[in-house]
Amino acid sequence: MRDDVPGNTLSVSRRTLLAGIASLPVLAMMGQPLLASDYPTATVNTTGLAVTDDTVKVGILHSVTGTMAISETGSVQAEKLAIEQINAAGGVLGRKIEFIQEDGASDWPTFAEKAKKLLVQDKAAAVFGCWTSASRKAVLPVFEQYNGMLYYPTFYEGLEESPNVIYTGQEATQQILAGIDWVVKEKGAKSFYLLGSDYIWPRTSNKIARKHIEKLGLEVVGEEYYPLGHTQFNSVINKIKLRKPDVIYAIVVGGSNVAFYKQLKAAGIDLAKEKPLLLTISVTEDEILGIGGENMAGAYAMMKYFQSLDNDNNKAFVEAFKKMWGDNIVIGDVTQAAYLGPWLWKAAVEKAGSFDIDKVKAASPGIELTTAPEGYVKIHDNHHLWSKARVGRAKLDGQYEVVYETSDLMEPDPFPEGYQ
Amino acid sequence: MQSPMHSDSTFFSRQGWLSFVVLAAILLLVLPAAFDIFRLNLIGKYLTYAFVALGLVLCWGMGGILSLGQGIFFGLGGYCMAMFLKLEASTPEATKIQSTPGIPDFMDWNQLTELPVWWQPFHSFGFTLVAIIAVPALFAFVIGAAMFKRRVGGVYFAIITQAVAAIMTILIIGQQGYTGGVNGITDLRTLLGWDIRTDDAKLILYFVCAALLLGCVLLAQAINISKFGRLLVAMRDREDRVRFSGYDVSNFKIFIFCLAAAFSAIGGAMFTLQVGFMSPSFVGIVPSIEMVIFCAVGGRLSLFGAVYGALIVNAAKTSFSESFPELWLFAMGGLFIAVVMAFPNGLAGLYREHAEPWLRRLLKRSVARPAVAAAANTAN
Repeated sequence: MRDDVPGNTLSVSRRTLLAGIASLPVLAMMGQPLLASDYPTATVNTTGLAVTDDTVKVGILHSVTGTMAISETGSVQAEKLAIEQINAAGGVLGRKIEFIQEDGASDWPTFAEKAKKLLVQDKAAAVFGCWTSASRKAVLPVFEQYNGMLYYPTFYEGLEESPNVIYTGQEATQQILAGIDWVVKEKGAKSFYLLGSDYIWPRTSNKIARKHIEKLGLEVVGEEYYPLGHTQFNSVINKIKLRKPDVIYAIVVGGSNVAFYKQLKAAGIDLAKEKPLLLTISVTEDEILGIGGENMAGAYAMMKYFQSLDNDNNKAFVEAFKKMWGDNIVIGDVTQAAYLGPWLWKAAVEKAGSFDIDKVKAASPGIELTTAPEGYVKIHDNHHLWSKARVGRAKLDGQYEVVYETSDLMEPDPFPEGYQ
Repeated sequence: MQSPMHSDSTFFSRQGWLSFVVLAAILLLVLPAAFDIFRLNLIGKYLTYAFVALGLVLCWGMGGILSLGQGIFFGLGGYCMAMFLKLEASTPEATKIQSTPGIPDFMDWNQLTELPVWWQPFHSFGFTLVAIIAVPALFAFVIGAAMFKRRVGGVYFAIITQAVAAIMTILIIGQQGYTGGVNGITDLRTLLGWDIRTDDAKLILYFVCAALLLGCVLLAQAINISKFGRLLVAMRDREDRVRFSGYDVSNFKIFIFCLAAAFSAIGGAMFTLQVGFMSPSFVGIVPSIEMVIFCAVGGRLSLFGAVYGALIVNAAKTSFSESFPELWLFAMGGLFIAVVMAFPNGLAGLYREHAEPWLRRLLKRSVARPAVAAAANTAN
């Protein structure tokens, strides 16, 4: 399958070799690869998935065309890298992973159509995909009806917990609470101005942020939303100047980001001076490429992963990623979360000793990954990941410098009480 | 009698019935026999666009009114159906984890604590069925009356419909507590207790959709050959002359625009039923223009062409994007350019100019032969 995918410039053998080299440390950690002969197909696949004696088919379902392509490409690359590495290390239950890539085309019904195709026609044993909440909401009934397994990489608003989905990104409380506590404690912030693009994720995230800020006895001096694609932020920037909050808490997404940060700078708000300080949950290294490091330098982002993380797992990951996709590439939070998907699936399948969806579901809670670039992660009973929260400060070169990380893993809590 | 449009529009002639029977046979026999339920469901989805394309043939091909906002009506019809289905799916038991059980999930996420008043009537299936046609038709009437009475037409009308489509999208996305926002209304399960997600249900829905479409084709063709149809064509070609002959041109335009809207709305409602959700991505400018393309590829003067156009373009879209996930948009673009450059009257034009004369010759020959034989017999 992967040979047919357009855009592959490296020959397969060379790529496999590269990926093989990159995965050597992983191999060492994972121990001996399992042999397919120990796991006969008839017993590991009782529900008619696309599993043979030496291969297993999975799906990759992201937008590679349309407005979301710029965001989702990193996830596709990460998933392909993980699959190559897993194959080089012996595959899953001794079977090579073959992937079928489908394009969601930034269009939610297309996502639903393609998800159905992957499950019904291709019998994919797992699907790695989706990015926006809208696309996830569109495919969710499909995965529940046809009993498929989806690994969803994006940080999102929570309020969802499906047995058929593993959420490898953070739900809102994991991303937000620690960062606000940090900015209050370390920077002495007392007042906040909340703004965001107008859809479910920014609104829900701001609702959680507002409740948390008010619980701390601090003040929200403004809250505003702008349609997706909005590019005129002058009025809100004037209001910010007038009300002088300590923190601008911004969840602007997509192309609007570029306009927002440029206009902030043009209006004389130098983020590096931190008066006011800017805190965001929507700008990863990928978005800075579009915004420009000079417009973003000094802003703080709350994520669980930054490319600059200093640990051995991450160094190996960044190196392998650049080898496969080019030196100029940057890796953002979601890209890393997407990379976890195939590895978590492999671990669950091997724990269950079966590809059957119900057994993988049952085996998933408690799965740990010590080789994750972000460090250690573990799947919670609610199918989200335990992970650390981190705060990074944007630098001129478009990278983040990690200034804070929680000492413990944050528990995922998609239905936070007291925040709804 | 020859219609003023083109030869195959004399529907109740042999030729017209033949085209209709062929279409019916393809939709009701050939496709269900040839494809599994997954593909058939996709075809059912394509057919919902054919409703829009049919409306466009009437409104644009015959009446000369180019609407770049048919997505509005497709969406309104779809949303009416989705609201009914969502209410049925949001029982207090099914939504007990919410802060306010019994209301649709997206309302709960947006801190609504009770069902808005204008959602209430959608508890009734009868009201929903009426609303699916009436709401879009009424909206089309308002737009049409405002524009056509002032003699706004042509490009200006197209631009205004486009603006309305943009406004609708922004409205739906902005009012997410009431409409589901950019996510749309998702996770629809049952229709009057009947699970619409099973394979059997999909099969039945496909046939309902095909039957409705054939009904709409008949209705459209009846209009096509009526006096009203000829007036429409006359209006398209020489609006002033029709007006000077004493006809109120704007009323005809409003009517045909409303009818096209109603067709689109039926398509939208069938879409929601077959796909299981509705979102603002069908309401905006891009889908509206895409729908015009379906019609243009099929041939904007031919009702049958429009149906085949919607089927072929969407089938091509699906198969290109499955084979070339990263390049398929280029293939689609190439197809459109080729069609418009090579055969401006679409597939129907191609058929009429090449296939039909050949078929006719074939028919004539087979009719002529027995006649010769008969003549030979009498001579003996």
